[in-house]
Amino acid sequence: MLLIYCPYCKQYRDEEEFSYAGEAHIKRPQNPLAISDESWGNYLFFRKNPSDVHHEMWNHSSGCRQFFNVARDMITYEIKETYCISESPKIEKYKK
Amino acid sequence: MEKYSAFKLLKHSFSHHENWKRVWRSVSPKKSYDVVVVGGGGHGLATAYYLAKNHGIKNIAVLEKGFLGGGNTARNTTIIRSNYLWDEAAQLYELSLKLWEGLSRDLNYNVMFSQRGVLNLGHSLQDMRDIERRVNANRLNGIDGHVVFPDDIKKIAPLINISKDVRYPILGASYQPRGGTARHDAVAWGYARAADALGVDILQHTPVTGINCSEGKIKSVQTNYGEIFAKKVACVVAGNSGVLASMAGFKLPIESRPLQALVSEPLKPCLDTVVMSNAVHGYVSQSNKGDLVIGAGVDSYNGYGQRGSFHIIEHTLQAICELFPSFSRVQMNRQWGGVVDTTPDACPIIGLTPIKNLYMNCGWGTGGFKATPGSGYVFADTVANGTPHKLAAPFSIERFYTGALIDEHGAAGVAH
Repeated sequence: MLLIYCPYCKQYRDEEEFSYAGEAHIKRPQNPLAISDESWGNYLFFRKNPSDVHHEMWNHSSGCRQFFNVARDMITYEIKETYCISESPKIEKYKK
Repeated sequence: MEKYSAFKLLKHSFSHHENWKRVWRSVSPKKSYDVVVVGGGGHGLATAYYLAKNHGIKNIAVLEKGFLGGGNTARNTTIIRSNYLWDEAAQLYELSLKLWEGLSRDLNYNVMFSQRGVLNLGHSLQDMRDIERRVNANRLNGIDGHVVFPDDIKKIAPLINISKDVRYPILGASYQPRGGTARHDAVAWGYARAADALGVDILQHTPVTGINCSEGKIKSVQTNYGEIFAKKVACVVAGNSGVLASMAGFKLPIESRPLQALVSEPLKPCLDTVVMSNAVHGYVSQSNKGDLVIGAGVDSYNGYGQRGSFHIIEHTLQAICELFPSFSRVQMNRQWGGVVDTTPDACPIIGLTPIKNLYMNCGWGTGGFKATPGSGYVFADTVANGTPHKLAAPFSIERFYTGALIDEHGAAGVAH
Protein backbone atom coordinates (compact mmCIF):
# COMPACT_ATOMS: atom_id res chain seq x y z
CA MET A 1 0.00 0.00 0.00
CA LEU A 2 1.43 3.36 -1.01
CA LEU A 3 1.38 6.35 1.28
CA ILE A 4 1.43 9.34 -1.03
CA TYR A 5 2.31 12.89 0.00
CA CYS A 6 -0.02 15.41 -1.60
CA PRO A 7 1.95 18.63 -2.18
CA TYR A 8 -1.25 20.68 -2.05
CA CYS A 9 -2.82 19.17 1.10
CA LYS A 10 0.67 18.79 2.58
CA GLN A 11 -0.30 15.42 4.03
CA TYR A 12 0.54 11.75 3.58
CA ARG A 13 -2.63 9.94 2.51
CA ASP A 14 -3.55 6.37 1.54
CA GLU A 15 -3.22 5.42 -2.17
CA GLU A 16 -6.94 4.65 -2.43
CA GLU A 17 -7.62 8.40 -2.20
CA PHE A 18 -5.64 8.94 -5.38
CA SER A 19 -6.00 7.97 -8.99
CA TYR A 20 -3.22 7.43 -11.45
CA ALA A 21 -2.89 9.68 -14.48
CA GLY A 22 0.08 8.24 -16.39
CA GLU A 23 3.48 9.49 -17.43
CA ALA A 24 4.32 13.07 -16.45
CA HIS A 25 5.92 15.87 -18.47
CA ILE A 26 4.34 14.91 -21.81
CA LYS A 27 3.91 18.07 -23.85
CA ARG A 28 0.90 18.41 -26.10
CA PRO A 29 2.07 19.45 -29.58
CA GLN A 30 1.52 23.17 -30.18
CA ASN A 31 -0.36 22.73 -33.43
CA PRO A 32 -1.81 19.21 -33.80
CA LEU A 33 -3.06 19.84 -37.34
CA ALA A 34 0.41 20.69 -38.56
CA ILE A 35 2.22 17.58 -37.35
CA SER A 36 2.52 14.15 -38.92
CA ASP A 37 0.40 11.15 -37.90
CA GLU A 38 3.54 9.62 -36.49
CA SER A 39 4.26 12.53 -34.12
CA TRP A 40 0.63 12.61 -33.05
CA GLY A 41 0.64 8.82 -32.42
CA ASN A 42 3.84 9.18 -30.40
CA TYR A 43 2.26 11.92 -28.31
CA LEU A 44 -0.95 9.95 -27.69
CA PHE A 45 0.25 6.42 -27.11
CA PHE A 46 4.01 5.85 -26.86
CA ARG A 47 5.47 5.85 -23.36
CA LYS A 48 8.88 5.52 -21.70
CA ASN A 49 7.72 2.72 -19.38
CA PRO A 50 11.09 2.57 -17.53
CA SER A 51 12.02 -0.12 -15.04
CA ASP A 52 13.85 2.27 -12.70
CA VAL A 53 12.50 5.70 -11.70
CA HIS A 54 9.30 6.84 -13.35
CA HIS A 55 7.96 10.39 -13.31
CA GLU A 56 4.20 10.15 -13.28
CA MET A 57 1.04 12.16 -12.63
CA TRP A 58 -1.38 11.41 -9.84
CA ASN A 59 -4.70 13.03 -9.00
CA HIS A 60 -5.83 13.44 -5.41
CA SER A 61 -9.30 12.44 -6.61
CA SER A 62 -10.92 11.87 -3.20
CA GLY A 63 -9.15 14.82 -1.64
CA CYS A 64 -8.24 18.22 -3.09
CA ARG A 65 -8.73 16.88 -6.67
CA GLN A 66 -5.48 18.48 -7.82
CA PHE A 67 -3.03 16.86 -10.19
CA PHE A 68 0.62 16.61 -9.13
CA ASN A 69 3.77 14.72 -10.07
CA VAL A 70 5.44 11.79 -8.36
CA ALA A 71 8.87 10.25 -8.97
CA ARG A 72 8.61 6.60 -7.97
CA ASP A 73 10.90 3.58 -8.20
CA MET A 74 9.26 0.94 -10.41
CA ILE A 75 10.68 -2.06 -8.54
CA THR A 76 10.64 -1.04 -4.87
CA TYR A 77 7.73 1.44 -5.39
CA GLU A 78 9.60 3.87 -3.12
CA ILE A 79 8.41 7.43 -3.72
CA LYS A 80 11.46 9.62 -4.26
CA GLU A 81 9.64 12.94 -4.34
CA THR A 82 6.30 14.56 -5.08
CA TYR A 83 6.05 18.00 -6.61
CA CYS A 84 3.46 20.37 -8.00
CA ILE A 85 2.39 20.17 -11.63
CA SER A 86 4.21 23.36 -12.62
CA GLU A 87 7.50 22.32 -11.01
CA SER A 88 10.22 20.13 -12.45
CA PRO A 89 11.76 17.20 -10.59
CA LYS A 90 14.69 18.05 -8.33
CA ILE A 91 16.81 15.17 -9.53
CA GLU A 92 16.28 13.87 -13.06
CA LYS A 93 18.16 10.62 -12.72
CA TYR A 94 18.32 8.47 -9.64
CA LYS A 95 20.85 5.79 -9.07
CA LYS A 96 19.28 2.38 -8.42
CA MET B 1 12.78 -37.28 -27.99
CA GLU B 2 11.36 -40.17 -26.09
CA LYS B 3 7.72 -40.53 -27.12
CA TYR B 4 5.29 -40.69 -24.23
CA SER B 5 2.69 -43.46 -24.35
CA ALA B 6 0.89 -45.93 -22.11
CA PHE B 7 3.33 -48.57 -23.28
CA LYS B 8 6.33 -46.42 -22.25
CA LEU B 9 4.75 -45.87 -18.85
CA LEU B 10 4.45 -49.63 -18.38
CA LYS B 11 7.99 -50.23 -19.63
CA HIS B 12 9.50 -47.64 -17.27
CA SER B 13 7.54 -48.98 -14.32
CA PHE B 14 9.80 -52.06 -14.41
CA SER B 15 12.79 -49.82 -13.66
CA HIS B 16 10.91 -47.78 -11.02
CA HIS B 17 10.65 -44.79 -13.40
CA GLU B 18 14.30 -43.98 -12.83
CA ASN B 19 15.43 -44.06 -16.46
CA TRP B 20 13.23 -41.44 -18.12
CA LYS B 21 15.24 -39.23 -20.46
CA ARG B 22 15.69 -35.55 -19.63
CA VAL B 23 12.85 -33.53 -21.12
CA TRP B 24 15.18 -31.04 -22.85
CA ARG B 25 18.93 -30.80 -23.29
CA SER B 26 21.18 -28.56 -21.24
CA VAL B 27 23.28 -26.69 -23.80
CA SER B 28 25.87 -23.94 -24.04
CA PRO B 29 25.23 -21.35 -26.72
CA LYS B 30 26.70 -21.34 -30.21
CA LYS B 31 28.40 -18.24 -31.64
CA SER B 32 25.50 -17.43 -33.91
CA TYR B 33 21.95 -18.43 -34.72
CA ASP B 34 19.47 -17.93 -37.54
CA VAL B 35 16.84 -16.83 -35.04
CA VAL B 36 17.27 -15.85 -31.40
CA VAL B 37 14.00 -15.82 -29.46
CA VAL B 38 14.26 -13.63 -26.37
CA GLY B 39 11.91 -14.86 -23.64
CA GLY B 40 11.29 -18.47 -22.65
CA GLY B 41 7.69 -18.21 -21.61
CA GLY B 42 4.84 -19.98 -23.36
CA HIS B 43 4.72 -17.52 -26.27
CA GLY B 44 8.49 -17.59 -26.85
CA LEU B 45 8.72 -21.37 -26.73
CA ALA B 46 5.69 -21.72 -29.00
CA THR B 47 7.34 -19.30 -31.45
CA ALA B 48 10.52 -21.40 -31.47
CA TYR B 49 8.52 -24.61 -31.87
CA TYR B 50 6.48 -23.36 -34.85
CA LEU B 51 9.58 -21.79 -36.45
CA ALA B 52 11.24 -25.21 -36.37
CA LYS B 53 8.15 -27.24 -37.21
CA ASN B 54 6.35 -25.13 -39.83
CA HIS B 55 9.20 -23.16 -41.35
CA GLY B 56 12.09 -25.62 -41.24
CA ILE B 57 14.44 -23.27 -39.38
CA LYS B 58 16.63 -25.44 -37.17
CA ASN B 59 19.31 -23.08 -35.89
CA ILE B 60 17.27 -21.39 -33.14
CA ALA B 61 18.02 -20.37 -29.57
CA VAL B 62 15.56 -19.38 -26.85
CA LEU B 63 17.08 -17.10 -24.20
CA GLU B 64 15.32 -16.98 -20.85
CA LYS B 65 16.50 -14.74 -18.01
CA GLY B 66 15.04 -16.95 -15.28
CA PHE B 67 13.78 -20.49 -15.61
CA LEU B 68 11.30 -21.80 -18.18
CA GLY B 69 7.75 -20.83 -17.44
CA GLY B 70 8.72 -18.87 -14.32
CA GLY B 71 7.25 -15.60 -15.52
CA ASN B 72 3.70 -14.85 -16.54
CA THR B 73 3.22 -18.34 -17.99
CA ALA B 74 3.21 -19.67 -14.44
CA ARG B 75 1.46 -16.68 -12.91
CA ASN B 76 -1.83 -16.51 -14.77
CA THR B 77 -5.21 -18.05 -14.03
CA THR B 78 -5.05 -20.35 -17.12
CA ILE B 79 -8.39 -19.30 -18.59
CA ILE B 80 -8.86 -20.08 -22.29
CA ARG B 81 -11.65 -18.63 -24.42
CA SER B 82 -12.05 -16.95 -27.80
CA ASN B 83 -15.24 -14.90 -27.37
CA TYR B 84 -13.77 -11.57 -28.46
CA LEU B 85 -15.94 -8.93 -30.08
CA TRP B 86 -13.99 -7.62 -33.08
CA ASP B 87 -13.26 -9.78 -36.13
CA GLU B 88 -9.48 -9.34 -35.96
CA ALA B 89 -9.20 -10.37 -32.31
CA ALA B 90 -11.82 -13.10 -32.60
CA GLN B 91 -9.98 -14.76 -35.48
CA LEU B 92 -6.63 -14.65 -33.70
CA TYR B 93 -7.97 -16.11 -30.44
CA GLU B 94 -10.07 -18.66 -32.32
CA LEU B 95 -6.98 -19.89 -34.19
CA SER B 96 -5.45 -20.30 -30.77
CA LEU B 97 -8.42 -22.20 -29.38
CA LYS B 98 -8.35 -24.55 -32.38
CA LEU B 99 -4.66 -25.22 -31.77
CA TRP B 100 -5.38 -25.84 -28.06
CA GLU B 101 -7.87 -28.51 -29.08
CA GLY B 102 -5.12 -30.59 -30.70
CA LEU B 103 -2.15 -29.42 -28.65
CA SER B 104 -1.57 -32.38 -26.32
CA ARG B 105 -1.47 -34.73 -29.32
CA ASP B 106 0.68 -32.35 -31.38
CA LEU B 107 3.26 -31.95 -28.61
CA ASN B 108 2.94 -35.53 -27.31
CA TYR B 109 2.63 -33.90 -23.90
CA ASN B 110 -0.50 -33.66 -21.79
CA VAL B 111 -1.24 -29.96 -21.31
CA MET B 112 -4.45 -30.93 -19.46
CA PHE B 113 -6.61 -28.75 -21.68
CA SER B 114 -10.06 -29.00 -20.17
CA GLN B 115 -13.01 -27.54 -22.09
CA ARG B 116 -15.15 -26.89 -19.06
CA GLY B 117 -16.86 -23.81 -20.44
CA VAL B 118 -16.54 -20.12 -19.59
CA LEU B 119 -19.33 -17.93 -18.23
CA ASN B 120 -19.08 -14.14 -18.55
CA LEU B 121 -21.73 -12.73 -16.24
CA GLY B 122 -23.88 -9.67 -16.84
CA HIS B 123 -25.24 -7.61 -13.94
CA SER B 124 -27.04 -4.75 -15.65
CA LEU B 125 -29.20 -4.11 -18.70
CA GLN B 126 -26.24 -2.61 -20.52
CA ASP B 127 -24.12 -5.68 -19.66
CA MET B 128 -26.82 -7.88 -21.19
CA ARG B 129 -27.02 -5.76 -24.35
CA ASP B 130 -23.24 -6.01 -24.71
CA ILE B 131 -23.37 -9.76 -24.12
CA GLU B 132 -26.06 -10.26 -26.78
CA ARG B 133 -24.07 -8.20 -29.25
CA ARG B 134 -20.83 -10.07 -28.52
CA VAL B 135 -22.42 -13.52 -28.71
CA ASN B 136 -23.99 -12.61 -32.06
CA ALA B 137 -20.65 -11.29 -33.33
CA ASN B 138 -18.94 -14.49 -32.13
CA ARG B 139 -21.45 -16.71 -33.91
CA LEU B 140 -21.00 -14.79 -37.16
CA ASN B 141 -17.27 -15.49 -36.78
CA GLY B 142 -17.92 -19.22 -36.30
CA ILE B 143 -17.18 -19.11 -32.58
CA ASP B 144 -19.47 -21.08 -30.28
CA GLY B 145 -21.41 -19.32 -27.56
CA HIS B 146 -24.88 -18.49 -26.38
CA VAL B 147 -26.68 -16.24 -23.97
CA VAL B 148 -27.82 -17.95 -20.78
CA PHE B 149 -30.11 -16.72 -18.00
CA PRO B 150 -29.98 -17.13 -14.20
CA ASP B 151 -31.75 -20.51 -14.10
CA ASP B 152 -29.34 -21.96 -16.71
CA ILE B 153 -26.36 -20.44 -14.87
CA LYS B 154 -27.50 -22.11 -11.65
CA LYS B 155 -27.49 -25.47 -13.46
CA ILE B 156 -23.96 -24.90 -14.81
CA ALA B 157 -22.54 -23.60 -11.49
CA PRO B 158 -24.86 -24.69 -8.66
CA LEU B 159 -23.07 -22.77 -5.89
CA ILE B 160 -23.59 -19.40 -7.56
CA ASN B 161 -25.93 -16.87 -5.98
CA ILE B 162 -28.66 -15.85 -8.44
CA SER B 163 -30.78 -14.14 -5.80
CA LYS B 164 -32.26 -10.76 -6.75
CA ASP B 165 -31.57 -9.06 -3.41
CA VAL B 166 -27.84 -8.54 -3.81
CA ARG B 167 -26.13 -5.31 -4.77
CA TYR B 168 -25.44 -6.51 -8.33
CA PRO B 169 -27.84 -9.34 -9.19
CA ILE B 170 -26.90 -11.71 -12.01
CA LEU B 171 -29.15 -11.07 -15.01
CA GLY B 172 -27.53 -13.49 -17.40
CA ALA B 173 -24.26 -14.45 -19.03
CA SER B 174 -22.53 -15.43 -22.20
CA TYR B 175 -21.43 -19.04 -22.20
CA GLN B 176 -18.68 -20.48 -24.37
CA PRO B 177 -18.67 -24.26 -23.85
CA ARG B 178 -15.42 -24.76 -25.80
CA GLY B 179 -13.54 -22.46 -23.44
CA GLY B 180 -11.83 -23.78 -20.35
CA THR B 181 -8.46 -24.09 -18.69
CA ALA B 182 -5.10 -25.79 -19.24
CA ARG B 183 -2.14 -26.64 -17.04
CA HIS B 184 0.18 -23.65 -17.44
CA ASP B 185 3.49 -25.32 -16.51
CA ALA B 186 2.75 -28.19 -18.86
CA VAL B 187 2.30 -25.71 -21.70
CA ALA B 188 5.81 -24.31 -21.19
CA TRP B 189 7.34 -27.75 -20.64
CA GLY B 190 5.47 -29.34 -23.55
CA TYR B 191 6.54 -26.64 -26.01
CA ALA B 192 10.12 -26.71 -24.65
CA ARG B 193 10.35 -30.49 -25.04
CA ALA B 194 8.91 -30.47 -28.55
CA ALA B 195 11.10 -27.54 -29.65
CA ASP B 196 14.19 -29.17 -28.15
CA ALA B 197 13.42 -32.35 -30.10
CA LEU B 198 13.50 -30.25 -33.29
CA GLY B 199 16.97 -28.95 -32.38
CA VAL B 200 16.13 -25.65 -30.65
CA ASP B 201 18.72 -24.63 -28.04
CA ILE B 202 17.02 -23.56 -24.80
CA LEU B 203 19.21 -21.40 -22.58
CA GLN B 204 17.89 -20.68 -19.11
CA HIS B 205 19.36 -18.05 -16.76
CA THR B 206 20.54 -16.08 -19.79
CA PRO B 207 19.30 -12.49 -19.55
CA VAL B 208 19.73 -10.21 -22.54
CA THR B 209 21.56 -7.09 -21.37
CA GLY B 210 21.97 -5.31 -24.67
CA ILE B 211 20.89 -5.30 -28.29
CA ASN B 212 23.51 -4.44 -30.90
CA CYS B 213 22.45 -3.02 -34.23
CA SER B 214 24.40 -1.67 -37.16
CA GLU B 215 22.89 0.55 -39.86
CA GLY B 216 19.39 0.00 -38.51
CA LYS B 217 19.75 -3.76 -38.71
CA ILE B 218 20.01 -6.29 -35.89
CA LYS B 219 23.48 -7.75 -35.36
CA SER B 220 23.65 -9.52 -32.02
CA VAL B 221 22.40 -9.65 -28.46
CA GLN B 222 24.56 -9.20 -25.39
CA THR B 223 24.20 -11.90 -22.71
CA ASN B 224 26.07 -13.33 -19.73
CA TYR B 225 27.63 -15.76 -22.28
CA GLY B 226 28.95 -12.78 -24.23
CA GLU B 227 27.75 -11.65 -27.61
CA ILE B 228 25.43 -14.02 -29.50
CA PHE B 229 25.05 -13.17 -33.20
CA ALA B 230 21.68 -13.55 -34.85
CA LYS B 231 20.23 -13.08 -38.32
CA LYS B 232 16.85 -12.41 -36.74
CA VAL B 233 15.81 -11.61 -33.18
CA ALA B 234 12.28 -12.22 -31.94
CA CYS B 235 11.36 -10.57 -28.61
CA VAL B 236 8.55 -12.09 -26.59
CA VAL B 237 9.21 -10.66 -23.16
CA ALA B 238 5.80 -9.44 -21.93
CA GLY B 239 6.24 -6.94 -19.10
CA ASN B 240 9.87 -6.27 -20.01
CA SER B 241 9.13 -5.34 -23.64
CA GLY B 242 9.65 -1.66 -22.90
CA VAL B 243 13.06 -2.39 -21.40
CA LEU B 244 14.17 -4.36 -24.47
CA ALA B 245 12.76 -1.74 -26.81
CA SER B 246 14.74 0.98 -25.05
CA MET B 247 17.90 -1.18 -25.47
CA ALA B 248 17.22 -1.13 -29.20
CA GLY B 249 16.45 2.61 -29.08
CA PHE B 250 12.70 2.89 -29.67
CA LYS B 251 9.55 3.30 -27.61
CA LEU B 252 6.41 1.18 -27.47
CA PRO B 253 2.78 2.09 -26.70
CA ILE B 254 3.00 -0.17 -23.65
CA GLU B 255 2.80 0.31 -19.92
CA SER B 256 3.87 -2.46 -17.54
CA ARG B 257 1.63 -3.12 -14.59
CA PRO B 258 1.30 -5.84 -11.98
CA LEU B 259 -1.63 -8.23 -12.27
CA GLN B 260 -2.18 -10.58 -9.38
CA ALA B 261 -3.90 -13.86 -8.69
CA LEU B 262 -4.49 -16.02 -5.68
CA VAL B 263 -5.34 -19.62 -4.84
CA SER B 264 -7.26 -21.06 -1.94
CA GLU B 265 -6.70 -24.20 0.09
CA PRO B 266 -7.67 -27.35 -1.87
CA LEU B 267 -11.38 -28.19 -1.74
CA LYS B 268 -13.46 -31.09 -2.97
CA PRO B 269 -14.81 -30.53 -6.51
CA CYS B 270 -17.39 -27.75 -6.33
CA LEU B 271 -16.99 -25.68 -9.50
CA ASP B 272 -16.48 -27.37 -12.88
CA THR B 273 -16.57 -24.30 -15.08
CA VAL B 274 -14.92 -20.87 -15.28
CA VAL B 275 -16.95 -17.93 -13.96
CA MET B 276 -15.93 -14.38 -14.83
CA SER B 277 -17.61 -11.10 -14.04
CA ASN B 278 -16.62 -7.77 -15.46
CA ALA B 279 -18.98 -5.67 -13.39
CA VAL B 280 -18.14 -6.92 -9.90
CA HIS B 281 -14.67 -7.71 -11.20
CA GLY B 282 -13.43 -11.14 -10.32
CA TYR B 283 -13.02 -14.53 -11.93
CA VAL B 284 -12.74 -17.98 -10.47
CA SER B 285 -12.24 -21.59 -11.49
CA GLN B 286 -11.20 -24.73 -9.64
CA SER B 287 -7.93 -26.40 -10.52
CA ASN B 288 -7.45 -30.14 -10.82
CA LYS B 289 -5.71 -30.02 -7.43
CA GLY B 290 -8.93 -28.62 -5.94
CA ASP B 291 -7.85 -25.09 -5.12
CA LEU B 292 -9.91 -22.16 -6.27
CA VAL B 293 -7.90 -20.06 -8.71
CA ILE B 294 -9.01 -16.46 -8.37
CA GLY B 295 -8.06 -13.61 -10.62
CA ALA B 296 -7.74 -10.08 -9.38
CA GLY B 297 -7.65 -6.77 -11.16
CA VAL B 298 -4.63 -5.14 -12.67
CA ASP B 299 -3.02 -2.35 -10.64
CA SER B 300 -4.02 1.11 -11.79
CA TYR B 301 -0.41 2.31 -11.88
CA ASN B 302 2.84 1.21 -13.54
CA GLY B 303 5.26 -1.09 -11.78
CA TYR B 304 7.74 -3.88 -12.35
CA GLY B 305 7.37 -5.47 -8.90
CA GLN B 306 5.92 -8.97 -9.26
CA ARG B 307 3.30 -8.30 -6.61
CA GLY B 308 0.10 -6.29 -6.50
CA SER B 309 -1.71 -3.81 -4.28
CA PHE B 310 -3.51 -5.08 -1.20
CA HIS B 311 -6.77 -3.26 -1.83
CA ILE B 312 -7.12 -5.06 -5.19
CA ILE B 313 -7.21 -8.40 -3.35
CA GLU B 314 -9.89 -7.06 -1.03
CA HIS B 315 -12.09 -5.84 -3.92
CA THR B 316 -11.66 -9.10 -5.83
CA LEU B 317 -12.58 -11.29 -2.87
CA GLN B 318 -15.60 -9.09 -2.18
CA ALA B 319 -16.75 -9.85 -5.72
CA ILE B 320 -16.09 -13.58 -5.40
CA CYS B 321 -17.96 -13.78 -2.07
CA GLU B 322 -20.91 -11.96 -3.58
CA LEU B 323 -21.05 -14.45 -6.47
CA PHE B 324 -20.36 -17.50 -4.29
CA PRO B 325 -21.38 -16.80 -0.67
CA SER B 326 -20.22 -20.28 0.41
CA PHE B 327 -16.63 -19.36 -0.54
CA SER B 328 -16.54 -16.77 2.24
CA ARG B 329 -15.24 -19.41 4.64
CA VAL B 330 -12.49 -20.66 2.33
CA GLN B 331 -8.96 -19.72 3.31
CA MET B 332 -6.54 -18.33 0.78
CA ASN B 333 -3.27 -20.13 0.39
CA ARG B 334 -1.01 -18.03 -1.79
CA GLN B 335 -1.02 -14.76 -3.68
CA TRP B 336 1.39 -13.51 -6.35
CA GLY B 337 1.71 -11.07 -9.19
CA GLY B 338 3.05 -10.91 -12.71
CA VAL B 339 4.08 -7.89 -14.76
CA VAL B 340 1.76 -7.48 -17.74
CA ASP B 341 2.34 -5.33 -20.79
CA THR B 342 -0.84 -3.34 -21.34
CA THR B 343 -1.60 -1.46 -24.56
CA PRO B 344 -4.07 1.41 -25.02
CA ASP B 345 -6.55 -0.84 -26.90
CA ALA B 346 -6.03 -4.07 -24.89
CA CYS B 347 -4.79 -5.88 -27.99
CA PRO B 348 -1.32 -7.27 -28.68
CA ILE B 349 1.39 -5.84 -30.91
CA ILE B 350 2.79 -8.46 -33.29
CA GLY B 351 5.24 -7.76 -36.04
CA LEU B 352 8.08 -5.66 -37.33
CA THR B 353 9.94 -2.90 -35.48
CA PRO B 354 11.94 0.14 -36.59
CA ILE B 355 15.04 -2.10 -36.46
CA LYS B 356 15.36 -4.47 -39.43
CA ASN B 357 15.12 -8.17 -38.53
CA LEU B 358 14.07 -7.38 -34.97
CA TYR B 359 10.52 -8.56 -34.33
CA MET B 360 8.29 -7.93 -31.34
CA ASN B 361 5.36 -9.88 -29.96
CA CYS B 362 4.07 -8.07 -26.92
CA GLY B 363 1.17 -6.16 -25.42
CA TRP B 364 -0.86 -9.26 -24.57
CA GLY B 365 -1.55 -7.54 -21.27
CA THR B 366 -3.86 -9.33 -18.93
CA GLY B 367 -4.95 -12.12 -21.27
CA GLY B 368 -2.01 -13.70 -23.03
CA PHE B 369 -2.13 -17.27 -21.77
CA LYS B 370 -5.17 -18.24 -23.83
CA ALA B 371 -3.38 -17.06 -26.95
CA THR B 372 -0.13 -18.99 -26.43
CA PRO B 373 -0.40 -21.42 -29.39
CA GLY B 374 -1.92 -18.92 -31.82
CA SER B 375 0.52 -16.18 -30.85
CA GLY B 376 3.48 -18.49 -31.43
CA TYR B 377 1.98 -19.69 -34.71
CA VAL B 378 1.42 -16.29 -36.33
CA PHE B 379 4.62 -14.80 -34.87
CA ALA B 380 6.75 -17.68 -36.18
CA ASP B 381 5.24 -17.09 -39.63
CA THR B 382 5.92 -13.34 -39.34
CA VAL B 383 9.55 -13.89 -38.31
CA ALA B 384 10.22 -16.58 -40.92
CA ASN B 385 8.80 -14.59 -43.85
CA GLY B 386 9.73 -11.09 -42.70
CA THR B 387 6.15 -9.91 -43.37
CA PRO B 388 3.19 -10.06 -40.99
CA HIS B 389 1.03 -13.18 -41.03
CA LYS B 390 -2.49 -12.50 -42.38
CA LEU B 391 -4.04 -12.71 -38.91
CA ALA B 392 -1.21 -10.70 -37.30
CA ALA B 393 -1.29 -7.82 -39.80
CA PRO B 394 -4.05 -5.80 -38.04
CA PHE B 395 -1.98 -5.99 -34.84
CA SER B 396 1.05 -4.16 -36.21
CA ILE B 397 2.46 -1.19 -34.35
CA GLU B 398 1.36 1.09 -37.22
CA ARG B 399 -2.19 1.04 -35.88
CA PHE B 400 -1.14 3.58 -33.25
CA TYR B 401 -0.31 6.01 -36.07
CA THR B 402 -3.21 5.25 -38.42
CA GLY B 403 -5.76 5.11 -35.61
CA ALA B 404 -7.05 1.66 -36.66
CA LEU B 405 -7.17 0.48 -33.05
CA ILE B 406 -8.93 -2.76 -32.14
CA ASP B 407 -10.80 -1.69 -29.05
CA GLU B 408 -11.24 -4.80 -26.96
CA HIS B 409 -11.34 -2.88 -23.66
CA GLY B 410 -14.39 -4.15 -21.87
CA ALA B 411 -16.11 -4.90 -25.16
CA ALA B 412 -15.19 -8.57 -25.15
CA GLY B 413 -15.80 -9.68 -21.62
CA VAL B 414 -12.19 -8.82 -20.92
CA ALA B 415 -12.17 -8.70 -17.17
CA HIS B 416 -10.01 -5.59 -16.98
